[in-house]
Amino acid sequence: MFESCADPSSLEGLSWFACYLTTGKHMAFYASFGTVLLLLAIILPAALLFGFAGATAARSRFLPLSILGKTYSAIVRGVPDIAFFLFFVIALDQAFEYIRHKIKCPDWSEPIRQGNDFVVCTAAKMPLSNSPAWVHDTYAFLVAVLTFAIVYGAFAAQVLYGAMQAVPRAQIETAEAYGMSHAQAFRRILVPQMWIYALPGLGNLWMIMVKATPLLFLLGIQDVVYWARDLGGTKQARFTDYPHGDWRMFYFGALLVFYLLLTWVSEKVLDRLTRRFSLGQATAAGEAMRKAGA
Amino acid sequence: MSCLQTIADYGLRAIGIGERLLPRSDFTLCQQFTLIGSGMIWNIYFGVMALAAGFFLATLLALGKGSRLWITRKPAEWFIFIFRGSPLFIQFFFAYFSFLSLKNSEGLFLIQILFWVLPDAFVTVGLQDAIMGFFRNVVQPAAQPFTAAWLGAGFVLFLNTSAYTGEIFHGALKSIPKGDLEAADAYGLSGWSRFRRITFPTMLRLAWPAYTNEAIFLFHATTLVYFSGFPAWQQRGDALYYAQFFADKTFNPFIPYPILAFYFILLTLAVIGLYGIANRYLNRHLPQEARRRLRIRPNLIR
Repeated sequence: MFESCADPSSLEGLSWFACYLTTGKHMAFYASFGTVLLLLAIILPAALLFGFAGATAARSRFLPLSILGKTYSAIVRGVPDIAFFLFFVIALDQAFEYIRHKIKCPDWSEPIRQGNDFVVCTAAKMPLSNSPAWVHDTYAFLVAVLTFAIVYGAFAAQVLYGAMQAVPRAQIETAEAYGMSHAQAFRRILVPQMWIYALPGLGNLWMIMVKATPLLFLLGIQDVVYWARDLGGTKQARFTDYPHGDWRMFYFGALLVFYLLLTWVSEKVLDRLTRRFSLGQATAAGEAMRKAGA
Repeated sequence: MSCLQTIADYGLRAIGIGERLLPRSDFTLCQQFTLIGSGMIWNIYFGVMALAAGFFLATLLALGKGSRLWITRKPAEWFIFIFRGSPLFIQFFFAYFSFLSLKNSEGLFLIQILFWVLPDAFVTVGLQDAIMGFFRNVVQPAAQPFTAAWLGAGFVLFLNTSAYTGEIFHGALKSIPKGDLEAADAYGLSGWSRFRRITFPTMLRLAWPAYTNEAIFLFHATTLVYFSGFPAWQQRGDALYYAQFFADKTFNPFIPYPILAFYFILLTLAVIGLYGIANRYLNRHLPQEARRRLRIRPNLIR
């Protein structure tokens, strides 16, 4: 990074640290914080989408669909989320390969599960074995995103279902009195009004998701946890210009501080959002703001 | 090999009793059920220990956070913020590597930093020797058992659940009806007797539904232990450890994970049942209508 870093053995004290903290691997470590934020930015809308679908399904008057929606949101209550992560990351991969196998190799005669192996034809591999490394990385990241979205979508479904129930019944009845159909009342009345009721739950969900991001490591992504373990481990002088002892404690201490900052900032932002969304709503907080303004 | 034989061999494998070698090929359904079930011993152990010990620290934290004294309020607030604001997964890693550093000579690095920070005038040879001696004779042996999951991970879970429960108890403490406390005053109750007879039982009663959720999710959180640095010595792991073992070996996630889910749903139902009994006991004086039902909802996951 710096000119003076050319000969690490001659460095001492702070300049040693300055050079140590700007090696290529450390840059990758810093970039992985971006990966965490990117993941959060993607899974929030994705989980909301899954949650919205789940909540709408749970409200459906068509019984099987409603049972499906309710089961989806109920199952995460009973089973640890990390089990879902480990499950989905293999299951999704196998599902994709299975579908591609059925389409691309229709005349394949051998069974796909052979004892302890899962065998699909070469053309159906996901991603193809001859594709470049970034395709593999992106694919792994996308599977992780999908896994997160499915698991936290179930939480979001629960929150949104509760919010939909919380919108006063009179609002829907008024819409019906104006001659709106079921779908119109849902679209024009229920959905715009449910967010203030959903906000505390969604804020909670956001906190849950922030604290779930280190689990990316278990899905095989090179995230902050991966780099902290890798960089913090004991380094021998033979293999690196910057030998040091076991510093994983300090690296994980830094991660701890990073997450504390992230949740602290989130809390402040959520407080502001709650106040912003309460404005003009038919809730106690909204009423209090109206009175304060008047 | 019959299924009964498998249960005899592997039923207590997670705590090191029975067959030493894990199955290597031809994995049967019975083996998967037995080993994952045997791993549940650890999940139950971690959960019960953390909850039992955490209950007391949580009460202290709730009282501390509710206190008007700066000296008790600030530490409680910081403790709760640190453990609720960071992922449990990172807490495990940090704790494990800290214990490891204290146990090994890397801990000396911390002492070097201490000497570096302290003004030179303080750092006499006598002081250095005293600190080094203390480190060698007290800190290192004490840190030794904490690098094992049974104590180290249990300790982290204990602190973590204390923080979450402390926050729940604090909320309940604040929502005790004013009238109840005034009634206590009117009867001449004060200090310890008021706390024991009025404040504490009412706090528990109000907090109980949320505390039930906390217990459920603590049991779920115990599955993180063997994925966060703490080694599974001699392949003695928890239920998820064995489930992942089978999923890796058979490359078929559709059998071990549903088995794990089955066990956890049973455990969740058991927790709900036990906490429900306690809930009925806490609410026994109230008229039927006013009793608070347990509503099971996902709350903060670590």
